[in-house]
Amino acid sequence: MALPEVKQSATEARLASLSLPTAGCTRDAREAALARLREMGLPNRRDEYWKYTRPDTLVQPEAPKAALFTADEPMMFDGIDRLKIVFIDGVFSPEASDDLSLEGVQIERLEDICCKDIHWAKELYGVLEAGGQQPVARPLAALNTAFASDGVAIHVTGKPSKPISLIYNHDSESSDAFLHHVIRVENEAEVTILENGPAASRFNKCMEIDIADGGILHHVRAQGRDHERRAATHMFARLGAESVYKSFTLTVNGVLTRNEQVVELTGDDAVAHVAGACVGDGDFHHDDTVFITHDAVNCESRQVFKKVLRNGATGVFQGKILVKEGAQKTDGYQISQSLLLDEDSQFLAKPELEIYADDVACSHGSTSGAIDETALFYLCSRGVPKKDATNMLTLAFLAEAVDEIENKALAEDIVSRLEGWLKRRS
Amino acid sequence: MLEIKNLHVKLEEEDKEILKGVDLSVEAGKVHAIMGPNGSGKSTLSYVLSGRDGYEVTEGSATLGGKDLLELEPEERAAAGLFLAFQYPVEIPGVGNMTFMRTAVNAQRKARGEEELSAAEFLKLVRAKAKTLQIDADMLKRPVNVGFSGGEKKRNEILQMAMLEPKMCILDETDSGLDVDAMKLVSDGVNALRDQGRGFLVITHYQRLLDHIKPDVVHIMADGRIVKSGGPELALEVEHNGYADILAEVN
Repeated sequence: MALPEVKQSATEARLASLSLPTAGCTRDAREAALARLREMGLPNRRDEYWKYTRPDTLVQPEAPKAALFTADEPMMFDGIDRLKIVFIDGVFSPEASDDLSLEGVQIERLEDICCKDIHWAKELYGVLEAGGQQPVARPLAALNTAFASDGVAIHVTGKPSKPISLIYNHDSESSDAFLHHVIRVENEAEVTILENGPAASRFNKCMEIDIADGGILHHVRAQGRDHERRAATHMFARLGAESVYKSFTLTVNGVLTRNEQVVELTGDDAVAHVAGACVGDGDFHHDDTVFITHDAVNCESRQVFKKVLRNGATGVFQGKILVKEGAQKTDGYQISQSLLLDEDSQFLAKPELEIYADDVACSHGSTSGAIDETALFYLCSRGVPKKDATNMLTLAFLAEAVDEIENKALAEDIVSRLEGWLKRRS
Repeated sequence: MLEIKNLHVKLEEEDKEILKGVDLSVEAGKVHAIMGPNGSGKSTLSYVLSGRDGYEVTEGSATLGGKDLLELEPEERAAAGLFLAFQYPVEIPGVGNMTFMRTAVNAQRKARGEEELSAAEFLKLVRAKAKTLQIDADMLKRPVNVGFSGGEKKRNEILQMAMLEPKMCILDETDSGLDVDAMKLVSDGVNALRDQGRGFLVITHYQRLLDHIKPDVVHIMADGRIVKSGGPELALEVEHNGYADILAEVN
């Protein structure tokens, strides 16, 4: 079916200022992605999948300006021993990064995978993204595959002694960045990937994660700081038998954030947990869109999303569990909840289950509510000032999502960041 | 210590008067008990004193050590020395019992201009007090009242009271939901806190709690007023004859 003219012209307008890299082993994948994109067109507000989040500023040719944040607050994960890989406005910075050698993992810059002939990365680039375009189109991910200017390929073959930390710094008020990472976790290997930083004025990031049988990947991400920044991110994960994928995202600040997670459980007994906590104040729009496909037996998936919203902030959750025929003994759980601290804020949720197997347990729930007045009175009656009591209950609300982080030091870092945010705003 | 004069209270949302002129004075070092039939206004009195929303004081006053309670926020009343042991302690998932108690103790100390307790000092104190109430380490670690049995919840209330060392303790039907052994344990906890500087107001339906926590004065409340006051023998009279005789007598 031909694209509507409006969509086609918007897509071409966006593409006009972009050009594909001339050579390189990802050239074919990029051309294929561009062709996919032209077929589906960039999203507009009429698309069902973008019903709750206006994509205009994410697709317009120029990135809207975003002021840099200047506070002396330390960056996330500062106290954690980790291997730092730094990008500034979407460009790898060797000076700011650590030496990329670490036992149990091989890390290469995306542009080097061709000359170094890194097969697995060449074969993964764009593949999970292309697969993730069905049954719902994700045009911004295809745009990313076509035009990503940088990124890393991370091959985990053992158990590296510390997390790999991707740090996205923002230095230009009008930066428009595309990053694309590919990660392969081998059998019995285990890694923790961290991501943080405001990244760019407009950030489009795609991560393709292939976890072999028995591999384990933990992902903890913090999106924050520069309030005017915009971000659209995609995580595509393919899980082999008995593999584990656990991802947690904290979002504070940011006028517009859309995080998509597309997870496919392809081997028996695999486990995928995807969680998120966000706190938004005022001009803040946060969208978690999750699509988990069970395509093997006895797999477990959990989605736990919590949002605290105030002063007119908006939270969106679109989460789906698709259980394919034959994916028996599936255990699927999905919860999305919002704590609305005033009447101006809103939470829009679309939980979906689609099940084609008859021996599965899937549950989902979605709630919106205010602070529990009885609990608040109980805390105050013990002498806790109302503001502190409200903050305690707010953190308690977010706890179920934060609890999804297995590493205690990382979880504490996330909690202290949340505490700081709440204190500053109370 | 606690002075309540001609207190009239109505529900904020409906035009219904619950307390119709309560007069009560609890001295330091004394235990006063309030008994009365269902719906007489006993729990309302405890809520109004501790500052819960939803009630409107239309007349009268309530002071604690000379301070006007009705002017204060709930947390300020607590810092002034008022404590309410809830009839139904609230479950708060996600807030650790220990964190909660330490926050409360230090918030009160701060409000009174005292130095806050360090984590180590607090831990030592809470462990010692928890032990006498047979509260184990697990209960201290769990979220506030979540998954606690009825008896555990009430013991947890008394532990908070012991940690906060209030001047005036109001116990709202602390005996409800307790078996004989738990009632003894809770009562022992309360009795351990009895001293010259502290007043107690014990709200109960039954005389049996008062076998353990011996009151100095017993009040009978009916239809929003205190209709009769007397010594411990008044509680025994209620136990034997019910409220009907007393109510008939005052009417």
